[in-house]
Amino acid sequence: MSDIRPVGPAHPETEQDAPADAQVTAVGVPEAPPLQERPEQPDAVPVKPKGRRDKPASLWSDAWYDLRRRPLFLGASVLIAVLLVMAIFPQLFTSIDPYDAKTCVLANARQDISAAHWFGTDNQGCDVYARTIYGARNSIVVGVSTTVVTALVGGLLGLIAGFRSGATDTLLSRTTEIFFAIPPILGALLILAMFRTGNVWTVMLALAVLAWPMTFRIMRAAVITAKNQDYVMAARALGAGPWRIMFRHILPNSIAPVIVVATINLGSFIAAEAALSFLGVGIRSPDISWGLMIAEARDRFLEAWEPLLFPAFMLSLTVLAFIMLGDAVRDALDPKLR
Amino acid sequence: MAPTDEVILEVRDLVKHFPLTQGILFKRQIGAIKAVDGVSFDLHRGETLGVVGESGCGKSTLAKLLMALERPTSGSVKINGRDMARARGGELKRMRRNVQMVMQDPYTSLNPRMTVGDIIGEPFEIHPDVAPKGSRARKVQELLEVVGLNPDHINRYPHQFSGGQRQRIGIARGLALQPEIIICDEPVSALDVSIQAQVINLLERLQDEFNLAYIFIAHDLSVVRHISDRVAVMYLGKIVELGKDTEIYDRPAHPYTQALLSAVPVPDPEGRQNRERIILQGDPPSPANPPSGCRFRTRCWKAQDICATEEPLLQIRPGTSHESACHFAESHDVVHSA
Repeated sequence: MSDIRPVGPAHPETEQDAPADAQVTAVGVPEAPPLQERPEQPDAVPVKPKGRRDKPASLWSDAWYDLRRRPLFLGASVLIAVLLVMAIFPQLFTSIDPYDAKTCVLANARQDISAAHWFGTDNQGCDVYARTIYGARNSIVVGVSTTVVTALVGGLLGLIAGFRSGATDTLLSRTTEIFFAIPPILGALLILAMFRTGNVWTVMLALAVLAWPMTFRIMRAAVITAKNQDYVMAARALGAGPWRIMFRHILPNSIAPVIVVATINLGSFIAAEAALSFLGVGIRSPDISWGLMIAEARDRFLEAWEPLLFPAFMLSLTVLAFIMLGDAVRDALDPKLR
Repeated sequence: MAPTDEVILEVRDLVKHFPLTQGILFKRQIGAIKAVDGVSFDLHRGETLGVVGESGCGKSTLAKLLMALERPTSGSVKINGRDMARARGGELKRMRRNVQMVMQDPYTSLNPRMTVGDIIGEPFEIHPDVAPKGSRARKVQELLEVVGLNPDHINRYPHQFSGGQRQRIGIARGLALQPEIIICDEPVSALDVSIQAQVINLLERLQDEFNLAYIFIAHDLSVVRHISDRVAVMYLGKIVELGKDTEIYDRPAHPYTQALLSAVPVPDPEGRQNRERIILQGDPPSPANPPSGCRFRTRCWKAQDICATEEPLLQIRPGTSHESACHFAESHDVVHSA
């Protein structure tokens, strides 16, 4: 429990207990004279590392302090920042609008890299660079929305199951086991086959339906650990109601693992979206998705490698950035790794 | 410290059995752990009642029953004449204001995600009528001052404090609602010996200041003697001896108390050789299947046939000055005997 305290040169216990050794036997002897009251030094608080303001240090501020010093985190953040700008304002990166059919000229199909077409052109004569830039939005929207939905649904149900236990827990836990038994890609194919259209929201739905049980399990386990802590008993002894205990005491102490898993999963959701679009059940033409671009380019790969490799590279880079971010967040939020 | 005759806590025939069940779907009860089995005592205003006994004798379960954190199987816990064990909802919440708790482990009893101000201020949020909103921050600072901490540290987090300071925070939280009774469940056993002395002195000072009554649960006999006015000795869910601290320590009547006292370390090499050492054979029997009659008879050197058939009641025995539950009770000074 105490391992979340920041390491500082002045260790409070050793520092102030040493002079009090003379009193050690005082309690042991029956009928000892009243002991000298020696209040503990009020400033015996770990010395903070330089550069940190004298503000309350919580797990989150400690984690943030730790994160800012990690090259992994900084690298991932820069990449993600660029990707986010790309997703929100793709026109900043390219003057060509790939959704405008006029920009594709069939006569220009499968051109090599040139000044006009930085990544060449694809089978339809569309600019691969513009399509790759515009493809970022769908990937990020699917990744972020699926992560948010799974974290909310799985987290909330996990909180309820862990807190209530008994029949509620049994019902919810057995339900998640059904979902765990479904092979993920097959399950997503089945769900998406039910829709006539394919867009980011159907993909998000399919992924969220299959992914929430994992968040549920992590949340439930964390809640059960937190529920049995003494501070929860202390709150009950004060007369705190179940809502206060759940949201004031248990949730803040069990949310960290869910956030870590959510960040790592974000990358996997982006990869899963690409896989489903590649298989033809995810995002469909004329919408743009990296998975879709890879699928369209694969038949003519030997003639023109650009339309396949550039979106594939962007996809890998995006997934990597989010997984690296998740790793850094996990390291920062798990005090045992410090 | 002047205990009065006014009874503020009246415990009668308190029983807590934890059911032992077998089977997964159709659970059936195959027995019960008799954690607390018929405990009765009174607590007077301003008095300290020490409760001692070895691990597993039901001390902590007794504390939870008194705090209404567990519901008793039978029996009553009356505070100022009202039965807390039967109270529900709003009535129970109001009654909780009279009984508060100081827990054993200062590292787990404070929510690591809350500031000290939030932790000590939470009682006021749960019971808004105790302190009006505007005055809460000031009240929290007063409480910090009362327990000997710097009131400016209101925005710090628990991990920035040492073990002794954390225990002071726990005591401040217990004091916030101005209770008449504080149940201390091993409040110093997780602390260094020098810090133990400080915390015990603080508890004694607060008792004088606020006329508190303590139930002081511990396994350290010297600490209990230092702070207690009366002492109850528990064995396997029952009180076997109850009397003033001098009576228990100088004239113990029950063989178990005598054995317990003979194990107290004596900080005097000369005296140590002179005192009697009673070594009990075997382990305490399982509370799921306690021996018939007297529960201590399986380890008692005085045991005879009557001990197996007739349960000794807690009463004043001939030749002794206080209550004990032994057919063959007899005052015997273990600590000072040559």
